[in-house]
Amino acid sequence: MSSAPPTGPGPQEPPGPAAAPAPPVADADPTRPPHPYTEVQRSAEFGELRRDHRAFAFPLTLAFVLWYLGYVLLSSYAGGFMAVKVAGNVNVALVLGVAQFLTTFLIAWWYSRHAARRLDPKAEAIRNRLEGAA
Amino acid sequence: MTAAHPLAPPLAAGGAGEHRTLIISLFALFVVATLAITLRAGRQTRGADDFYAGGRQFSGFQNGLAISGDYMSAASFLGIAGAIALSGYDGFLYSIGFLVAWLVALLLVAEPLRNSGRYTMGDVLAYRMRQRPVRTAAGTSTIIVSIFYLLAQMAGAGALVTLLLGITSEWGKILVVVLVGIVMILYVTIGGMKGTTWVQMVKAVLLIAGTLLITFLVMLRFHFDISALLGAAAENSGKGAAFLEPGLKYGTTATSKIDFISLGLALVLGTAGLPHILIRFYTVPTAKAARKSVNWAIGIIGVFYLMTIVLGFGAAALIAPGEITAANKAGNTAAPQLAEVIGGGAGSTGGAVLLAVISAVAFATILAVVAGLTLASSSSFAHDIYVNVIRKGNATEKEEVGAARWATVGIGAVAIVLGVFARSLNVAGLVALAFAVAASANLPTLLYSLFWKRFTTQGALWSIYGGLTASVLLVLFSPVVSGKETSMFPAADFAFFPLENPGLISIPLGFLLGWLGSLLSPEKPDAAKYAELEVRSLTGTGAH
Repeated sequence: MSSAPPTGPGPQEPPGPAAAPAPPVADADPTRPPHPYTEVQRSAEFGELRRDHRAFAFPLTLAFVLWYLGYVLLSSYAGGFMAVKVAGNVNVALVLGVAQFLTTFLIAWWYSRHAARRLDPKAEAIRNRLEGAA
Repeated sequence: MTAAHPLAPPLAAGGAGEHRTLIISLFALFVVATLAITLRAGRQTRGADDFYAGGRQFSGFQNGLAISGDYMSAASFLGIAGAIALSGYDGFLYSIGFLVAWLVALLLVAEPLRNSGRYTMGDVLAYRMRQRPVRTAAGTSTIIVSIFYLLAQMAGAGALVTLLLGITSEWGKILVVVLVGIVMILYVTIGGMKGTTWVQMVKAVLLIAGTLLITFLVMLRFHFDISALLGAAAENSGKGAAFLEPGLKYGTTATSKIDFISLGLALVLGTAGLPHILIRFYTVPTAKAARKSVNWAIGIIGVFYLMTIVLGFGAAALIAPGEITAANKAGNTAAPQLAEVIGGGAGSTGGAVLLAVISAVAFATILAVVAGLTLASSSSFAHDIYVNVIRKGNATEKEEVGAARWATVGIGAVAIVLGVFARSLNVAGLVALAFAVAASANLPTLLYSLFWKRFTTQGALWSIYGGLTASVLLVLFSPVVSGKETSMFPAADFAFFPLENPGLISIPLGFLLGWLGSLLSPEKPDAAKYAELEVRSLTGTGAH
């Protein structure tokens, strides 16, 4: 408990005026000290972990869903373009289809690298501290 | 070749008796071997962690294999190969959504789910909510999605096995459905998640090996020149260059184009909300291992779909025109037919052996998938509904596992009965419906639960029940069920909704309702519970 990250003096929103110095959230059972999850959630360290995950995963999800839908729309409404031959009998439609496979593999690899480098060490540090304190 | 054969010309022709003996022997071999594995797994299955989550000791690679085995259904294997064989490029287009979808699972769902849940999807959905209503909703949605999917697989199994064996009698079909159901119940009741996982791993290896072999032989025939293969397919199909371009299947009318967009959306967003896929993430020890298993699954499934391109175009190029549709209108036997042709043709030993091998692989595929679906629905019934709603959490571990086993028998029995009644209906559309419900009801609730602090119990209930009801009602009043020759009930016509895929409407509606339900909620979101869920889901603190 003592090693839990101190919450800075920055803007907080204590749930009740009386709860300020005590553990931050009044649980249903006031006799049991609440797990310091709320404190961790508000810590700068966790904020960074959350941002690193969201700033990577959310835009990328939007991007690959749009890329997929774009490909579907091209297949439905741009037949002429999709029929253009690229090499032998291979046309644009097939190339873009195979490109969907390649981007999927690529994004999976990219996310995994990001997670191993940026997310795992932070998650592990927070977890160790919380579990060590419990 | 004349079109004089009544049914399945290349399959039923010549030494049909020998084929049948060989195919049945391989089926039996697979069933005996997997039941032996299941019995072994059963001996190691004691507590709830074992039954629901296979002891959480599988490696990322093993789970990746099992996920692939769970996901690549007969619809993927035979359906996509057949769709490409008949509609060329559009069949390939159909396969892509199934793969891209895994990125949603990888980036947003697999790791947080592994970190914060225990046995079911409902564990995560109900984490910060009032338990009983949300568990009930999650259980309902899980069971409905799984039953739809299961029903499609069971009816498909009946149709497929009878086709491969050349059985025409109704009793034969019923027998096949009942036997598949019994084997599936045995896998799950005896082996739990451990047994099911092993069956799925074995099946994935067989499926990949079988497809690899046929792909190699087809490519060998065309001297590894993909352009030559495509050219031969286009020519033999009789449709020329159009066979390699979009439009033959999904581009015929303005409605069918929109319908495909709707389907694509459901495929991409549905996978990460399929309960039988989600529970697989609990079988590994950590979130990192869950990530690894999705990466393996993406690799395996991706390579598999790339090979179905060769299978599908190979079938179009090498099988005499008309023979595929003569055997099965949807092209479901294109892959086995191709195996026979590439092995040396009807009557040859090579042809007979390859046909038998591919048929056995298809059979293994069905069994592994139905086992996964049965496990997902019985787990949710026992853990979400029986233990946490009916018994309010007061049940011993032994009682819980017992309930899960009984639920397996019950759900298996329901699936058998429904499968028998649905055997002659066209229920292939139910797979698309399962994806649509998963994308409209489960995914919004999962994402909001994990990532939106203002999400409330009311929001969760609105998005689950709203997404579920909208998808089911729209399909009920669509050409899937009535109004068309290919409908489930072709004689009736109450198809008010023109699209066969509800996703375009039901998915945004599911997201909208979750948001609206939370905003209009009389109760405030539980901030402390969200803190707990958010910290746990991102860090793995206190993960089971």
